[in-house]
Amino acid sequence: MNLTIVLQQLVNGISLGSLYGLVAIGYTMVYGVIRLINFAHGDIMMVGMYFAFTGIAMWFLPWWAAFLLSMLASSLVGVIIDRVAYKPLRNASRISALITAIGVSFFLENSFLVIYGGVPKAFPVPSLFGGAINIHGVIFPNIAIITPIVAIIFLMILLFILHKTKYGMAMRALSLDFETVRIMGVNVDLVISAVFAIGSFLAALSGIFWAMRYPAINPLIGIMPGLKAFAAAVLGGIGSVTGAAIGGFIIGISEILIVALFPSLAGYKDAFAFLFLIFVLLFKPTGIMGEDLERGRF
Amino acid sequence: MKRLLSSLVAILVALTFLASTSLAKEIKVGVVLPMTGLVAAFGQSAWKGIKLAHFDEPKTKDGCTIKLILLDNKGMKVETANAVSKLITDNHVKAIIGAITSSDTMAGAPIAEKNHIPMISSSATNPLVTKGKKYISRACFIDPFQGSVAAKYVWNNLHAKTAAVMIERDQDYSVGLAHAFIKAFKKLGGKIIAVEFFQSTDQDYSAQISDIKAKNPDVIYMPSYYQEIALFARQARQYGLKQPIVAGDGAEAEALIKIGGKAVEGLTFTTHFDPHAAATPLTVKFVKAFKKKYGIQPDAMAALGADAYFIVAQAINKAGGCKAKPDKINYYIRHTKNFKGVTGVITIDPETGNAIKSAVIRKVKNGKFVYVTTVNP
Repeated sequence: MNLTIVLQQLVNGISLGSLYGLVAIGYTMVYGVIRLINFAHGDIMMVGMYFAFTGIAMWFLPWWAAFLLSMLASSLVGVIIDRVAYKPLRNASRISALITAIGVSFFLENSFLVIYGGVPKAFPVPSLFGGAINIHGVIFPNIAIITPIVAIIFLMILLFILHKTKYGMAMRALSLDFETVRIMGVNVDLVISAVFAIGSFLAALSGIFWAMRYPAINPLIGIMPGLKAFAAAVLGGIGSVTGAAIGGFIIGISEILIVALFPSLAGYKDAFAFLFLIFVLLFKPTGIMGEDLERGRF
Repeated sequence: MKRLLSSLVAILVALTFLASTSLAKEIKVGVVLPMTGLVAAFGQSAWKGIKLAHFDEPKTKDGCTIKLILLDNKGMKVETANAVSKLITDNHVKAIIGAITSSDTMAGAPIAEKNHIPMISSSATNPLVTKGKKYISRACFIDPFQGSVAAKYVWNNLHAKTAAVMIERDQDYSVGLAHAFIKAFKKLGGKIIAVEFFQSTDQDYSAQISDIKAKNPDVIYMPSYYQEIALFARQARQYGLKQPIVAGDGAEAEALIKIGGKAVEGLTFTTHFDPHAAATPLTVKFVKAFKKKYGIQPDAMAALGADAYFIVAQAINKAGGCKAKPDKINYYIRHTKNFKGVTGVITIDPETGNAIKSAVIRKVKNGKFVYVTTVNP
């Protein structure tokens, strides 16, 4: 294996990893605050993809407008889901909320199946994201350069919101103690709505980036990214935003390396990604960034 | 008086019951197709073909309605097995058409076999689908033939000496067809310089593509399904791979061109049928009716679906129409001889249940599927 291929595979890994990371930060955000593993996160990604698809291919909006509209609409969907499905269960056992999340996931998948049909749709990729740059034989697809940048920018914005704003402070406080925060006079439901809005915004964003990279979308497309993001979030220490991003990178890079180093095992790369996850958790049950979980989240 | 009334009611009930069983002249045929999921385009297309064929021949010769019961298997093995069980135990079907992919059909086949219900797949090409089974047949050719047709085309027409093969590990169709191609290509003197693996849910092929690029083969053979091929082609072209891509019948769906765009231009594949190369009078009739009803050209899945239906309908007629027993239907499906179907003249080998027929080569040109040639067995 020569240097060009090694570099190429590294580029592939980083770009795939940043995509997983982008999905995972939204995933971990909701868990961090209300301790709900939101299984519908992958499906909100799918919702974001279809909204953007509708905007570009059916309403002929410019791509940036369609993307923005899709992310805002998905935020709204996230907030509505919280109000309708999760809020009544706020004080119920965690397992009830988990099962509701699975129900929401099925509901979204099947309603989009009815609306858009089961045949995969071709996602229109704006030319800015479509090409590739060749540097000494190493190919950098545009999307592979843009994704890590976007992932880092949004990670920074998210950390800023969480640590420098009042809402962020309320979110962090909520993640520690629900009741005390309520007693302090914080409008808990509003803060949780904000969490869902941000989480769903990020889900739609990552969905759009997913669809631009793999431009075939179907109503069940969110399942696998959802699982990968879950794995990334757990690996990074669930509830930790930075950890989720790191977890995403590790899973993406290890997947590419498995295919690159052991081509005959490529068909089992998902199995290896999850095996790797189990292995890490055996030694560090709280995940990579999980050591200070008791002191505070994010 | 009261006793008389109640016995009268009893007689009436018995009469209506008798009448309903003898008047409801229908014979049920189950259909298992992927209407949703990764290969939904195949299921929906096949269903269009089956419905059109049913419209053409909705009754048996002695006047029974052939009732089709469609179940969606979502392109999943477990769902296929469940659907086949349900059709047999709940709906009491006399025959089953389905499923589309080899893996799915193989998941449902043991259940049909155990219950002695004939099952005919329109398009499962893996040889293992019918192997050792007495009740499983198919309306299409098998992969050793398809693979050798592809190998010969690649060797003779594309003048390729080396090839890379992309194998979808969890699809029996892909594994079987890839091995058939590799065997035939090596026999011709070609060299396989890269074998890459992936799985159905994969969307990222950058690692495989980087490896293929370094080995620089003359051609890439990817026996997989339309979505995977379209995404692979896009990524391959993005990474600067210029080699021709050759595929099997799994490539043929409009979605391939819609998703693949310019990247699938020139992509060549072996398949069952071309609407412009009429094989029989029925082909002409079918293509015309299909265009009138749906406004588009039929593809191989639609044509094969129709053929599977016609074969079953013919077998039901020969087996006694209304009172046809599954065993008899199976016998006549397996003894289909020189049936002039939509996709060509079909003869099913009674020993193996496999159809013996010619293959067609098509390619993508200017965003459309065009006819290249027909290869006879």
